[in-house]
Amino acid sequence: MSRIGQLFETLRRESRCGMIAYLTAGDPTPEATPGLVAALERGGADLIELGVPFSDPIADGPVIQLAGDRAIRAGTNVAKVLAIAAKIRETSEIPLLLFTYLNPALRYGFERLAQDAKAAGIDGCLLTDVSVEEAGDYVKVMRAAGIDTVFLAAPTSTDHRLKLVAEYSSGFVYLVSRTGITGERQTLSGTAFPLIERMRSLTNLPLAMGFGISTAPQIAAVAGHADAVVVGSAIVRQIEKDPEGLEAFMRELTAPLRKAAIS
Amino acid sequence: MISQPDAGGHFGVYGGRYVPEVLMSPLEELQSTYIEAKADPAFHAELDMLLTTYAGRPTPLYYARRLSEQLGGAKVYIKREDLLHTGAHKINNCLGQALLARRMGKRRIIAETGAGQHGVATATVCALFGFDCTVYMGEEDMRRQRLNVFRMRLLGAKVVPVASGSRTLKDAISEAMRDWVTNVSTTHYLLGSALGAHPYPMMVRDFHRVIGVEARAQILKAEGRLPDTVIACVGGGSNAIGIFHPFLEDAAVKLVGVEAGGRGPKLGDHAARFAGGSPGVLQGTYSYLLQDDDGQISLTHSVSAGLDYASVGPEHAMLHDKGRAEYVGCSDADAIEAAKTLSRTEGIIPALESAHAVAEAIRRAPSEGQDQIFIVNLSGRGDKDIDIYRENLKEMDQV
Repeated sequence: MSRIGQLFETLRRESRCGMIAYLTAGDPTPEATPGLVAALERGGADLIELGVPFSDPIADGPVIQLAGDRAIRAGTNVAKVLAIAAKIRETSEIPLLLFTYLNPALRYGFERLAQDAKAAGIDGCLLTDVSVEEAGDYVKVMRAAGIDTVFLAAPTSTDHRLKLVAEYSSGFVYLVSRTGITGERQTLSGTAFPLIERMRSLTNLPLAMGFGISTAPQIAAVAGHADAVVVGSAIVRQIEKDPEGLEAFMRELTAPLRKAAIS
Repeated sequence: MISQPDAGGHFGVYGGRYVPEVLMSPLEELQSTYIEAKADPAFHAELDMLLTTYAGRPTPLYYARRLSEQLGGAKVYIKREDLLHTGAHKINNCLGQALLARRMGKRRIIAETGAGQHGVATATVCALFGFDCTVYMGEEDMRRQRLNVFRMRLLGAKVVPVASGSRTLKDAISEAMRDWVTNVSTTHYLLGSALGAHPYPMMVRDFHRVIGVEARAQILKAEGRLPDTVIACVGGGSNAIGIFHPFLEDAAVKLVGVEAGGRGPKLGDHAARFAGGSPGVLQGTYSYLLQDDDGQISLTHSVSAGLDYASVGPEHAMLHDKGRAEYVGCSDADAIEAAKTLSRTEGIIPALESAHAVAEAIRRAPSEGQDQIFIVNLSGRGDKDIDIYRENLKEMDQV
């Protein structure tokens, strides 16, 4: 079983909701990323999404857009992110998910990406702009190499589409809490819980929820329903503002998860 | 067989639907609304009425006698899309999509614009239909197309400056897509070129096919035969696919698309996707792209904001690979020179975008026999570009 599969088994056994932490790899420099990931892990993160920067990130808000610009200027590309993953693997068994857009992966080549990602210790991959309709080759190649393929499900997805998303996903399904781009929001969207319920009735895969989740009360609210919660922009902002405080910041965000159990 | 995408919107290997899951259902809704409307005679009747009484169709096919005589070769005809209301072909598509937005009950419209022609056409139809209108425009394009920014505001649209990336058309599309992802239940994204995720490339093309349908009938009436060559500029490629498509099965008719050659062949100095690009995915579709070795999208340059884009409509990518259409480049300088020539021989000041197509006709015509017939699609008029012409033709701008 993959590290991602093992993680969600552990979470189920411990009746605990997991913390998935996103950061843009290479922001501010490729050299800084392994240390930042270690801080996130010490602060209680259960899985790391390594964002590979793309020049035209249509699903991202300003915080992650600017992080991507910084990372690209610092020379970050797919090969560099895989080297970062290998470096993390020297000292950690935390599950790693590549999180990016199709074009950098396409340019690198799916076959080569699957082989090199596996060798670097990557466990899964999510391409935000690949619909299940266009995912056939990609899923086949990744699965053959033992890399999980995670897809997004959205409040706008019909039940028919949710079923397709579950079929194409392995490891877990990433539920988007709201219609919108990444970034912090004041309140949790009313679309969040109904989406979790609809997806539960269609699949046994673990469900993670993200987009617009950034505060301890929002995390506490989601923890009672989803198997994991994803925080991205708030972490990226913390790295920009005060990287030294990252571990403490992560600990604050994971505090509600140490108390809450899956209802 | 007339070129049509498959059910997933693929033109050969190109096209498709590469967007975040949030947008998949809205794209499916748009597609089914469009397919229903296409089968509804009332939809066509209303669109035809608007195209005729509001936009000013049909546009003339004009024989450019003085230009042709000066070139001393092929007879050059000009399809006068520049005479349409709002000054460019863009209104054809905007009227069609506005009718679809009304069918879907969406009363907020967003759009991107490069040169501002699509933004002006969108603002115009929103005024006409009473829709709320927001147009995203790169800061660089707002600077160089100031007149159109004011026109949009006068028409009641909100123009939002986009400061990311190269601050041009590509970044305006990304920002419009982010707005759409966020406000998808109330908002229709009125995409202005034959680009993006399915069904846009097919739908936008269909709304512009009227250009080629008219031109084909008009040349048959004027000359009793089909043209030898049809020439159009290609940014996203909407005016080009509109005039090409009705000629696709006429194998003897050469189709020539003209891309922005900019300042030169170095990556970053032009927007010639077929000369300097390779296939990849940007903003919803698989097509030729200007990109670096890491798959990051390259910066582009053209004196013409409407051609200054890193990708191209997927149907053009297919026509290129099949060899059915030929794609060539035209430099900034040649486009400006062509605009001057057309202005002085025919009394027609073209948009900078369309001037690229005129330049290709000027390059080709002299070596052709006088029995050869060209049609140039003059997609827009040059009023919006007067400031750029003044900057580039300083000798005429002395008091």
